[in-house]
Amino acid sequence: MSAAPGNELRIIGFLCNWCSYGGADTAGVGRMTQPTDLRIIRVPCSGRIDPLFVLKALVNGADGVLVSGCHPRDCHYAEGNFYARRRLEVLKRFLQVLGIDERRFEYTWVSASEGQRWQEVVQKFTERIHELGPAPKITPDQMAMAETMAAQPR
Amino acid sequence: MSSSPTYAYYPGCSGQGTSLEYETSSRAVCEALGVVLHDIPDWSCCGSTPAHTVDHVLSAALSARNLAQAETLTGVEGIATPCPSCLTNLKTAGRRMLDPQFKERVNSLLDTPVKQPLPAKSVLQVLFEDVGPAALKERVVKPLAGLKVAPYYGCILNRPPEVMEFDDCENPIAMDRLLEALGAEVVPFPLKVECCGASFGMPRKDMVMRLSGKLLDVAEDNGAMAMATACPLCQMNLDLRQSQINATSGKQHNMPVFYYTQLIGLALGLDKRLLGLNKLCVNPKAALQAAEQATAGAA
Amino acid sequence: MKIGVFICHCGSNIAGTVDVAKVAEEVGKLPDVAYSTDTMYACSEPGQEGIIQAIKDHNLDGVVVASCTPRMHEPTFRRTVERAGLNRYMFEMANIREHVSWIGKDKESNTQKAVDLASIAVAKLTQDRPLIAKKFGVNKRVMVIGGGVAGIQAALDCADGGLEVVLVEKTATIGGKMAKLDKTFPTVDCSSCILGPKMVDVAQHPNITLYANAEVDSVKGYVGNFEVAVKKKATYVDWTACTGCGLCTEKCPSKKATDYFNEKIATTTAISIAFPQAIPKKASIDPEYCIKITKDKCGVCEKLCPTKAIRYDMQDETVIEPVGAIIAATGYDLFDYTRYGEYGGGRYPDVITSLQYERILSASGPMAGHIKRPSDGKEPKNVVFVQCVGSRDKSVDRPYCSGFCCMYTAKQAIQTKDHLPDSQTYVFYMDIRAPGKMYDEFTRRAMEEYGARYIRGRVAMIYPKGDKYIVRGADTLAGTQVEVEADLVVLAVGAEAAKGASNLAEKLRISYDKYGFYMESHVKLRPVETNTAGVFLAGSCQGPKDIPSSVAQGSAAASKVLGLFSKDELESDPQVASVDIKRCVGCGKCIETCPFGAIEETDFRGEPKANVIETVCQGCGVCTSTCPQGAIQLQHFTDNQILAEVNALCQQPLVTSFE
Repeated sequence: MSAAPGNELRIIGFLCNWCSYGGADTAGVGRMTQPTDLRIIRVPCSGRIDPLFVLKALVNGADGVLVSGCHPRDCHYAEGNFYARRRLEVLKRFLQVLGIDERRFEYTWVSASEGQRWQEVVQKFTERIHELGPAPKITPDQMAMAETMAAQPR
Repeated sequence: MSSSPTYAYYPGCSGQGTSLEYETSSRAVCEALGVVLHDIPDWSCCGSTPAHTVDHVLSAALSARNLAQAETLTGVEGIATPCPSCLTNLKTAGRRMLDPQFKERVNSLLDTPVKQPLPAKSVLQVLFEDVGPAALKERVVKPLAGLKVAPYYGCILNRPPEVMEFDDCENPIAMDRLLEALGAEVVPFPLKVECCGASFGMPRKDMVMRLSGKLLDVAEDNGAMAMATACPLCQMNLDLRQSQINATSGKQHNMPVFYYTQLIGLALGLDKRLLGLNKLCVNPKAALQAAEQATAGAA
Repeated sequence: MKIGVFICHCGSNIAGTVDVAKVAEEVGKLPDVAYSTDTMYACSEPGQEGIIQAIKDHNLDGVVVASCTPRMHEPTFRRTVERAGLNRYMFEMANIREHVSWIGKDKESNTQKAVDLASIAVAKLTQDRPLIAKKFGVNKRVMVIGGGVAGIQAALDCADGGLEVVLVEKTATIGGKMAKLDKTFPTVDCSSCILGPKMVDVAQHPNITLYANAEVDSVKGYVGNFEVAVKKKATYVDWTACTGCGLCTEKCPSKKATDYFNEKIATTTAISIAFPQAIPKKASIDPEYCIKITKDKCGVCEKLCPTKAIRYDMQDETVIEPVGAIIAATGYDLFDYTRYGEYGGGRYPDVITSLQYERILSASGPMAGHIKRPSDGKEPKNVVFVQCVGSRDKSVDRPYCSGFCCMYTAKQAIQTKDHLPDSQTYVFYMDIRAPGKMYDEFTRRAMEEYGARYIRGRVAMIYPKGDKYIVRGADTLAGTQVEVEADLVVLAVGAEAAKGASNLAEKLRISYDKYGFYMESHVKLRPVETNTAGVFLAGSCQGPKDIPSSVAQGSAAASKVLGLFSKDELESDPQVASVDIKRCVGCGKCIETCPFGAIEETDFRGEPKANVIETVCQGCGVCTSTCPQGAIQLQHFTDNQILAEVNALCQQPLVTSFE
């Protein structure tokens, strides 16, 4: 798919169906204006989010990834967001090891009634990603270098 | 005495004039109770009430200069001031300067920038928290038994609560507890934090007559023989203008209005000259004598 | 694959800020899209017919609708594609209204975003597989939590509909807040005369099991098959033996126990029956005040009780109730007005709450219906009502309107005049909110016939003066400050979520808002449903409500349960986890993490394997992201399906591949 027009950056959101997706809906119903960069992927629960989804997005050129679930203790599936919190916290620390700026990834909790909070979250995260600018892309030169290195006999 | 509470002291302008007795009695009481006060060198006016109504940055800069001067003192844990209005300005400036941008704008106006604003407290807060009613009680040599006193805090000593961060903003009790420790009988006074009319004494004298008049009415209705206050302006409205209030309302108030530090000084048996009782417009002698007689009669 | 894409205008809701024709055109270029168009209202009858026609004309095997949120119309469109012969899970939705047109201002950016969202829906659909729902049996018993008027109504309607009902009430009697009221608006009819018979019906209904003085301890299971543990708190009286004769309460020497029913304006005996019309009419002991329990003396009630019902050593007891549906009707609690220091913060005895005033007005209350001041028992002359205490006030974090206070204040003003013809009432109000049937007329009567003086403004301060109180406030219509001398001040305290409401919500796995009120499934269209299947709401637990609304919701929740139970079997959601037995290594991690115990270990030719119990699985997918082998996949949200969406959005433009 073609990159977004104008000055937009590619920001991916993974939202749980019950709380945060509803919160984003509430923000919409309240006509709470937000930056347009974010593209939301709906999942049943933040516990369904495999950290590899986030990595896949970042490695494949996303400039930022935002995950949002129900507040701790208010999970539709009782404890899915606790699993999410642990996994995503580990992921956050792991990103630096991979050479990915960990500020490009954030997770947060927004309930279905918190439209205004969702607006603030989107606003702030989008601003942060714009401050960081586009994620570094692999250039043809680097590609060529990688191929040369791969071709060299060990 | 290394553990003595030690503060940078900001006297405030009115302490040099209209409320000289508040200033001297505050110092005397602090000294007697082991609170060490170091004057902020070359302190200047905080801007009082007019400054912040004109410009927030300039107003903060006036207090910030004093905050910066206080930073030259060593070994102080904060700033203490007797005057609620000065305190409001010091605290508001410190709070606003939590915002780095605001702090930068203020500092750009100063010769010496403020590094980290010191926490500011009223002398009342220092006496209540660092000394405390129990310790005060032990030091009393001349209990004020029989003196029925209405504690009047004024409207800005505890408000706005998110700035002042001391005591209950609707029903403060710090002064009540200190006065009780002196042996005085604190009468219930529901208008503890009501406005006295403040500086409207100049442009709208009628307003001060009405508001301060009500304070006197309610104190008297509740059986007070005297009032205790912590604010120079409140004291002036209630004391200096009491005869005007009487003339306007046709009432016959004869209510001495002490600074609470004067009452502490009396109970501690401090030098009367330092307490400046002779500066009060409504002569307190009758009330003090009545209190003494009441206890003598009871004993 | 042949996919049809429908981009909805939603009138001007979407088309106003999104170029829908352009979206249809762009998405139409994607490889698997066989048909792409825009449509005025996709959800309307012609809109749905258009989809069905297109499926037939173009032989489509999947449909994407880009319109509003799937939380709204996903079920609608699933039924549409099913009518056209497709499996209902061969459908995806892109939310280009709430997430695009309503929040973005720039039409070009919005259009591109809509294209992207429709494209990820297409990408997901290419990975979708038909899913078939399974059926499971329903336990046709219902539990109602909370015995206020909403819960009573729900319980009676369910029971009359032939269902077995378990009613759980926290306090010793049902009746809730309504039982404490003297009269009700706008008819000024006696509260206990209209509620009392209903309470008796509950007690006598053969289909209703009542647990009073009991609380929900834990909830397991799912719609159709819940298992609720109910903790019956110790009452120290054997209720099977107690006849409610009241002999024990007459002779109990400990008379200083807190009288919660009378809102603490009086005290009661350590062994007591809440009020004469209590249901169940059984005595219970407050262990804090019982001399026998605290000091091992007395024992008068044990000696007196004609049926030997006293049990000083009684313990809490837990019972398990299997039910198929649950109605939460836990009501509200009063705002703690002592947070208002300017109103005395609880220091003034004659500044009371509106509910305390109800107990004073009530003929069965501690003052036998004579209005007297709590401080000195004198009849008040000037009674001042202060509205919006803990309502519409951001400074105490209660920005919402409690809804019914305007009305009960008017009612109390009328009653005051009825009881004390020489009295004068004053009402400080912000706005008069009287939108119900006969409501505005009622407040007018309070002013015009009963002479209540309404003053529009907030009260700044209440303070005592002599044995009276000065109420000082603003009169915003006159633009002045007013001071009223009052003998009695009644604060119209607002409603807030019941204490412990959030705790119960977590047990029921339903959402609540920041104030603790339960979230309905849809504000307008699903007001008594929650997002947890089989759990319904009635009354003020969802937000402050007056009696008519609470009763209506009680009936509405009951009708939802009756509808749910009208089938013998329910269809399970096929969006559940499924194990690929070839990949499963039997490590058991999924079994450990599943929050519902829906995965069990089975033996497959001597090898341990995971097996999903489909009716228990709730479809969260925690197991899927736990499995190290990718062997267990949540249907409709598999790794491949989600990654397809990610890939549709992020494709690093690589020059060559590493492979």
